Amino acid sequence: MGKKVLLIEDEPNIIEAVSFILSRDGWEVKTHSNGHDAMEVVRLRAPDLIILDAMLPGKSGFDILTEIRGDAALGNTPVLMLTARGQSKDREMAERAGVSQYMTKPFSNADVLAAVRALVTP
Amino acid sequence: MAILNVLALVCLVYVAFLFAVAFGADRAARHGRGKWLRSPYVYTLSLSIYCTAWTFYGAVGFAARSGLEYVTIYLGPTLVMIGWWWTLRKMVRVGRSQRITSIADLISSRYGKSNLLAVFVTILAVIGVTPYIALQLQSVTLSFAAFSETEQAGAALPDMQSTALWVAMGLTLFTILFGTRNLDANERHHGVVMAIAVEAVVKLCALLAVGIFVVWGLSGGVSETLARIDASEIARFEVPGSRWIGLTMLSAAAFLCLPRMFQVMVVENEDEDHLRTAAWAFPAYLMLMSLFVVPIAAVGLDIMPIGANPDLFVLTLPLMAGQDGLAILSFLGGFSSATSMVIVAAIALSTMVSNHMVMPIWLHFTGGSAMISGDVRQVALLARRLSIAGVVFLGYLYFRVTGGGAALAAIGLISFAGVAQFLPALMGGLFWRGATRTGALAGLGVGFVLWQYCLFLPSFGPSMIMPQTVLDHGLFGLSWLRPQALFGAQDMDPLVHAIMWSMLLNTGAFVLGSLLSFPQPIERLQGAQFVNVFDHSSTTGGWSGGMAQSEDLLIMSQRIMGATEAQALFATAARRQGLAGYLPEPSPDFLQELERELSGSVGAATAHAMISQIVGGAAVSVEDLMAVADETAQIMEYSSQLEAQSQELARTARQLRQANEKLTQISVQKDGFLSQISHELRTPMTSIRAFSEILRDTSDLTAEEKSKYSSIIHDEAVRLTRLLDDLLDLSVLENGQVVLNTQTGLLSDLLDRAERAAGVQVGTLKVERDRAAEAFELTTDLDRLAQVFINLIANARKYCDGDPPVLSIRTHEVEGRLVIDFTDNGSGIPSEKQAVIFEKFSRIGETKAGGAGLGLAICREIMTRLDGSVSYLPGQKGAAFRVSLPLPRRMAAQ
Repeated sequence: MGKKVLLIEDEPNIIEAVSFILSRDGWEVKTHSNGHDAMEVVRLRAPDLIILDAMLPGKSGFDILTEIRGDAALGNTPVLMLTARGQSKDREMAERAGVSQYMTKPFSNADVLAAVRALVTP
Repeated sequence: MAILNVLALVCLVYVAFLFAVAFGADRAARHGRGKWLRSPYVYTLSLSIYCTAWTFYGAVGFAARSGLEYVTIYLGPTLVMIGWWWTLRKMVRVGRSQRITSIADLISSRYGKSNLLAVFVTILAVIGVTPYIALQLQSVTLSFAAFSETEQAGAALPDMQSTALWVAMGLTLFTILFGTRNLDANERHHGVVMAIAVEAVVKLCALLAVGIFVVWGLSGGVSETLARIDASEIARFEVPGSRWIGLTMLSAAAFLCLPRMFQVMVVENEDEDHLRTAAWAFPAYLMLMSLFVVPIAAVGLDIMPIGANPDLFVLTLPLMAGQDGLAILSFLGGFSSATSMVIVAAIALSTMVSNHMVMPIWLHFTGGSAMISGDVRQVALLARRLSIAGVVFLGYLYFRVTGGGAALAAIGLISFAGVAQFLPALMGGLFWRGATRTGALAGLGVGFVLWQYCLFLPSFGPSMIMPQTVLDHGLFGLSWLRPQALFGAQDMDPLVHAIMWSMLLNTGAFVLGSLLSFPQPIERLQGAQFVNVFDHSSTTGGWSGGMAQSEDLLIMSQRIMGATEAQALFATAARRQGLAGYLPEPSPDFLQELERELSGSVGAATAHAMISQIVGGAAVSVEDLMAVADETAQIMEYSSQLEAQSQELARTARQLRQANEKLTQISVQKDGFLSQISHELRTPMTSIRAFSEILRDTSDLTAEEKSKYSSIIHDEAVRLTRLLDDLLDLSVLENGQVVLNTQTGLLSDLLDRAERAAGVQVGTLKVERDRAAEAFELTTDLDRLAQVFINLIANARKYCDGDPPVLSIRTHEVEGRLVIDFTDNGSGIPSEKQAVIFEKFSRIGETKAGGAGLGLAICREIMTRLDGSVSYLPGQKGAAFRVSLPLPRRMAAQ
């Protein structure tokens, strides 16, 4: 039984692409597309890995990450951040917030897959 | 003794005659009669007090001793009158406009009304002129003696000193009677001036008569006289060039600086234009006076016994020839010369002494309390009279002490050299604005000391005042300090030596002191008034004693406080005094109040000085105060200009700060913009890359999946292209590089086109229009305008959540503009978003149904280029946008 990955992303085509890649690799992929209630979904799903977009409607990925790291139960969940904002200060902000890995869009499918595999210890 | 009695009688009659003349002239002047009193010839004749007994008797003596040298005494004034008349005119103008009473007043007034300077000049003048007065007394007594000598040859002169005393007393009485009739020194002494004019005629006639008698009577004709001159020593005297130049300059300087000359030339001047006549008439007078000097001297030397005093040839020649009548006329000429000089000199000196020494001291000791009781006038008159007596007595004393030993001409020249020390300060004051009080004091001080040391003290003779050792070996045994060989200038004529050093160092100290010191405001002000006197003074006479003080006070106050406030203040004061409608009385209360008010503008000390000057009637003219007031006004104006400038600076600084803030904001916006573009470009590219990799790497895709993913790649590529197009479009619009393609077309056609392009036909959106209202022919860039319409209609198609969605397009005129409103029936735009929807990358809502959020930004830019606008209309049911354009021509409805 595959490990659970929660994908929080607002761009439908990217959701579809990432879901396709991970599903075929045997991961159980759940998706969510806004920032408002992202934390509830995270608590509900209790995923093994979270893939987080930086710019989400309602609440930014950085804020969600900070909340996850501040939560006792979820604090150790690995978080892979995908962002279309290529500036270095965004990477710094993510690292300060406790990101596990940071990748800029557009990404290579193989890299995403490799990162997910590396982050989740079987 | 008979002739002495006759002489005494003649003198008395002559003096009585002068009294009558002076009295008559005064009367005529007081009654406004006697235009002849103001004749330029009277003025010219009054200038002849330059020719004193020294000139009358002494010139002949001078010629007998040193040849033609005496000519320099006439040459100096002649050069001044002809060549320097503009300097005289300036002096006269300054004297009149500043109500100058004496040369001490002029110099002190010029240098900031410094009383110290006035006292200094006064003392210098008294010391310089006293020997000269003594000289006049001496000449009168000598001439008396000449008569008595012929009576009882070789007899002692027991009554010589008493003669001098009687003459001195008579002159004092005359001067007091006619010189101090009025207090105001500027009030002209018509009587005195007329009397000296008469005396001028008498002395000229006397000298000419003696000359004619000597040439034709004694010598036997012109050629014989010329032969005698050739034979005499006079022809052989050679005057050294330095002495010639020195004496000419000296007499020119003395002509300008002598207190008595200043009195007649400036103070008694009726009209500036009189100088025009005097410029030729006075030199002519001098020429006539000098015409027979050499013949008389030559004949005298030839005929008179060896050892006879050549100073008395004018008198002794007729006496010797038994021409008693002519001798008496000659005596009267000399008497006239002496008395006129003493009278005017006494008036001039007494004015200086009483104004600058006696009055200040008296006011100091009475503490000014007398200012109120009003007896100042009496005190001033008394001071003036006592000063006259004092000055004449001083001359008498000098005469007694020296015993009348030195030759007449020598005393005269020493006196000349003394008063010539005023010249640098006087001329500098008239022509150089940079001259300062310090400079004037330094120059006068240095000049005075040198004159005393080199000329005046040694003149008493060796060992009289100055020890012989000082003369021989210098002060303190320093040889370079020898009085007659200063700084090693040896073998010079003592007089030229003294003139050279005193004038040179005087001028040097004056210039240096002026350059090194900074003038006070009042000095600068006075300096400007003196130097530029022709720029701001009229020739009209002046300011007489009885003018209304309140009016002056008001004029002055207006200049300081401004017209409205000053008038209000005066009106209030007048009402309080029960004088509503009139000017208030200058009561102490009112003056105190006014002073307080003025203090606010000019400071307490100045305010006090200004009021006391007007009310106290001091020698400062109202014009001066006006000038001070004007200067104050200028300073105030200047400071308000400064204030304006600092406000201007503050404004500029604020603008700069705002510009800087705006630039910072723009910079932040630019960063945000780049970040946004990056995001907007990366998002579709992410999809394209991800799906193209899926298509490439996944072999077992279904046909359906392949098709779907290919479509996604295509759509995202289209989105990317559109984004790039929009960005370029916006960039071109924002940079103003857009070229408008102006065409003419109907608004309704344009909206039809926009509807089609926005894809209305294929969607659910219903568009409501009033085509009749759209009958406008537009001349503009129709493609760009259509782009705006397409954007607005497409937005409604994409975002309107009405059920069913309806867009209403209404055209109408508002305030002279064509307005097209696009209103849908959706939920509209939240008010917090309304402000930003026209910004780049702003999107309404959270969906990504639309583009990158550049549409409305582009619309706004386009409308700006088309002289129109697009704005959000709040308060409608749904989303509402208003496009506004300049009103075009309305077409007939189609």
